[in-house]
Amino acid sequence: MDGNLNALTTVFTEFYYWVTVVFMFLIHVGFCMYEVGASRARNHMHTLMKNIMIIPLVTVTFFFFGWWIYWAFPNFPFWGGLDTEAGAANLPWANTMGTNLGDRITGVFWAAFLLFSWTAASIVSGSVIERIRSSALWVHAVMIGSVWWIIDAAWGWHYGGWMVRILGYHDAYASGVIHAIAGGYALGVIMVLGPRLGKFAKDGTPRDIPPHNPWLLTIGIFLIYTGFWGFYAACNVPVIAPEVIDGQITGVTWTATNIYLAPTTLSAITFNFLMSLSGGLMAAYVISKGDAFWTFSGGLAGIITASAGNDLYHPIQAMIIAAIGVVIVYKLHYWVERKFKLDDAVGAVAVHGYAGVVGLIIAGFVLWGVPSSPYEGYATINPVGQITGAVIMFFVLGFLPGWILAKMQAAAGVLRIPEEVELQGLDYAEHHAYEDAKAAIIEADKQELAARAGAAAK
Amino acid sequence: MSTNGYSSWAVDLAEVGPVYPFQGYEVLMVIIGVAFWIGWHRIQFVREGEHLEKARHTGDEEKVKAQLERY
Repeated sequence: MDGNLNALTTVFTEFYYWVTVVFMFLIHVGFCMYEVGASRARNHMHTLMKNIMIIPLVTVTFFFFGWWIYWAFPNFPFWGGLDTEAGAANLPWANTMGTNLGDRITGVFWAAFLLFSWTAASIVSGSVIERIRSSALWVHAVMIGSVWWIIDAAWGWHYGGWMVRILGYHDAYASGVIHAIAGGYALGVIMVLGPRLGKFAKDGTPRDIPPHNPWLLTIGIFLIYTGFWGFYAACNVPVIAPEVIDGQITGVTWTATNIYLAPTTLSAITFNFLMSLSGGLMAAYVISKGDAFWTFSGGLAGIITASAGNDLYHPIQAMIIAAIGVVIVYKLHYWVERKFKLDDAVGAVAVHGYAGVVGLIIAGFVLWGVPSSPYEGYATINPVGQITGAVIMFFVLGFLPGWILAKMQAAAGVLRIPEEVELQGLDYAEHHAYEDAKAAIIEADKQELAARAGAAAK
Repeated sequence: MSTNGYSSWAVDLAEVGPVYPFQGYEVLMVIIGVAFWIGWHRIQFVREGEHLEKARHTGDEEKVKAQLERY
């Protein structure tokens, strides 16, 4: 690092991303609490373990190949070859992928993306609780977390990605690149996996399976909100000079930028995060007639809907867009459930998938003609590019890979747990041992009490 | 002798790059890491299959009913 200003900028950026990563950990804590709260007591430990182990499995695979994909795939395979030059410093054996005093940013930048990877996998994990084999889910977690989402990030969430350049794709806070893809992937898996036993009556009427612990679920979603705020900050470059961007911006005014290196401010995204949260909560409260869990999820769906353009929207636009998205998502969730008999245990397909798609499309109209990038020759934001992008995110990179892999697992008999185990619960052995031990110690204490009473009477 | 190439910090930090031990063996470390990851999946997959097969036959009807009541 040469020069005090450069050094200060580097250290600030290093610290900035590190803080966002710590905040984003709360997303995973929230997902774990939400899943456990939504599951029934007989499945709690397995549900928790299924989500917790996403952390190490996605982390190591994101180190081995996920991070390299981001740098090597922006134009691969349709618009150019692998960018091996940019990828070289991000290969798992590169000396920048370790303790290196000449490189202070790769690790924290890698981690910021990695936390998005956990989120993508965790979204899928919630929709399949209480009937998927952990081994099957963990393969899906690696695929969505370290392969498919990071390909979409290279294409549509990279300053040089072909979707940004050619389609004018704009998705500043990941309506599509995280949420639409993960929701689409979850839909592909649950279509093959099937509903939980008892979810549908014989005549096809869906039954509600209420959460075992509504308070855990509530705290879980509030933690997801908190982590999501950190996620917003992580999507920005905190401070950069125009000459470093080396694009069309003139003058010497330093700025924060979005992931495309186009200017925005932390102030803007703070306004818009909170206003879209509010719009989502208010719309969900009305449309669900005050249902607590739909209201909470509506807050999240509202942010997700507005996220594609929250770097540029006016706060009132963010609020209205969030509200519109939530109404569509709510209606679509119940229509799909009734029509296709799908059991999305936590509403992940709706809250993440449908909200992401709706958000991308709305951004195409509201931001029509706005530059997607500071570089010359890029398409501007437009509805066709955004709709095409939504199809790529939800269907091509989300639904299809999830459906195909789940089909292969189902054909091999390794996707779903046996029905007997589903009924008795995945934690049966642990509960059985717990109940037996409890009964034995209570009986022993009673005998001790009786013996003492007998001795005192004599 | 030092495993990372430095036995003193009397250096100009502008000249210093990687400082982790055993530089030059990164590819071997990656191979070991990938084997650890794949091996983990294999062990877990086999164990879960055996556990679920055993669990299919262990449920006591009364105890299962009690579990269902607990919700």
